[in-house]
Amino acid sequence: MSEARAMYEQVILDHNKNPRNFGPMAEPDRVVDGFNPLCGDTLKIYLKFDGDLVSDIKFEGQGCAISKSSASLMTTLVKGRTRADAQALFDAFHHMLKTDHTAPVDEAALGKLKVFAGVREFPVRVKCATLAWHALDSALKEELPEEPVTTE
Amino acid sequence: MAVTAPHCDLTPAAPYDVDRVRRDFPILSRTVRNGKKLVYLDNAATSQKPQCVIDAISRYYSEDNANVHRGVHYLSQRATDLYEDARHKINSFLGTMVGCETIFTRGATEAINLVAHGFGKGFVNAGDEVLISHMEHHSNIVPWQMLCEARGATLRVVPINDDGELIMEEFDRLLNERTKMVSVTHVSNALGTVNPVAEICRKAREAGARVLIDGAQSAPHAPIDMKAIGADFFVAAGHKMYGPTGVGVLYGRAELLDRMPPWQGGGDMILSVTFEKTTYAHIPARFEAGTPPIAEVIGLGEAADYLTKLGMDKVAQHEHDLMVYGTEQLKQVPGLTIIGNAKEKAGAISFTMDCAHPHDIGQLLDDEGIAVRAGHHCAQPVMRRYGVAATARASFGLYNTRAEIDALVAGLFRVREMFA
Ligand SMILES: Cc1ncc(COP(=O)(O)O)c(C=O)c1O
Repeated sequence: MSEARAMYEQVILDHNKNPRNFGPMAEPDRVVDGFNPLCGDTLKIYLKFDGDLVSDIKFEGQGCAISKSSASLMTTLVKGRTRADAQALFDAFHHMLKTDHTAPVDEAALGKLKVFAGVREFPVRVKCATLAWHALDSALKEELPEEPVTTE
Repeated sequence: MAVTAPHCDLTPAAPYDVDRVRRDFPILSRTVRNGKKLVYLDNAATSQKPQCVIDAISRYYSEDNANVHRGVHYLSQRATDLYEDARHKINSFLGTMVGCETIFTRGATEAINLVAHGFGKGFVNAGDEVLISHMEHHSNIVPWQMLCEARGATLRVVPINDDGELIMEEFDRLLNERTKMVSVTHVSNALGTVNPVAEICRKAREAGARVLIDGAQSAPHAPIDMKAIGADFFVAAGHKMYGPTGVGVLYGRAELLDRMPPWQGGGDMILSVTFEKTTYAHIPARFEAGTPPIAEVIGLGEAADYLTKLGMDKVAQHEHDLMVYGTEQLKQVPGLTIIGNAKEKAGAISFTMDCAHPHDIGQLLDDEGIAVRAGHHCAQPVMRRYGVAATARASFGLYNTRAEIDALVAGLFRVREMFA
């Protein structure tokens, strides 16, 4: 078993300390609340669409280094991409985090997101890593949820 | 089975020897996470078990196992005697009072639900009020909420100040002739605050209300004297007081319990059953429907004996020293804020750090074998009161040492190095 220390890759520490696209958005097309009942962490993501493109995305909330950096990195990867691209990223990320920690990761599909591979060794933290992504997944759907999206 | 006769054989007069106490707890000598010495500071979640408790359970299953209260055969009588003997042990642990009875439940949560259900059905009506505090564990909020909803009663909440103490002027103001029940924690699991329960009980009784004291976090840390507290009901959790999981205690006034309708129906709680009518048994059986957690109750009785032999006054003193030392030492960590600075505290120190989220703190400490809790501690209203989603919490038990606090503080300095 690795030390948790190793899970905190430099990229994760950097995005935690200086989250990108962090803050409220005026007149978003979509707002989704995410909630992790296990730790009480909350997160809000805002999106603007331009046709099929995610033209802008921001997030706000309280969370641990894993959830914050995951949300931050997500916004940088999704901004300016098509809905289909965003959905494909979600799928790849979600798939990786469901696999065993010894399984190889699909670097081509994941790109920078591969820094979260180490989280797989700490099952309770997987939910931290996926919180923002579940909110995104729901924002990409036609219908908006009435309740906050949770990791449960 | 390992025979461990010397364990738990402490003479009452002996001074408190924490190294010796530690040897009673086999788990404390194990290592975790690649050979790190275990530093267990999550006692408010659950405590570790001394060998004598483990042995009592094991002995029960290997020598005495049978169902209780229902057999003429030898083992059934043995099991019943052991079970009832545990009741006496708990009675005396809590300061035996004439007219009070111990009822075994599955936990502190079930004990509170039992009272909310039984007392609520019997005594709470539309327009009545139930008074709790802002620092309650969810298990002392939700049952009352459910009761109030069912009976058309109103839930009132005593606020706390920035230090995490009950605002007693507000308590006085909120307590009135409509208040039927006051339910307050003795010690807060999220803040460590010790509440003035004797004063609360006295005032509530003067106002004609009944009182439940949630002792889940006090029974493991200090002598409990029901006479001095003066509560109508007192609940405790076996697994937090060095006993097994799956058992809790409701200690209450018999004259009230006698008038409360039963909460679950089944075997053991009846005098007679026909399809037309059932006559309920007297307390405590009336509230112990079904086969109880026999081994767990026996284990809890053993835990109570163990604590009595150690001396709860000495335990309290030892832990007070840890609380004072721990508070001092944690304050040395830059950017650390202690949540809850009540004048009187026991058990737990909650804190946040400006550079790291409680989850990350907990995770990095775990690398070093240090177990703390990170989260909302089932007290979300407390978290909201302080504007945080979560805190990290170090909580002490009778076997913790100053050296373990030093290890915690060193770990927090390393957390800071990583995240600051
Ligand atoms: C103050 C308080 N009350 C009640 C409980 C509930 O105890 P249990 O989960 O054992 O029923 C706890 C446990 O965390 C607690 O800290």
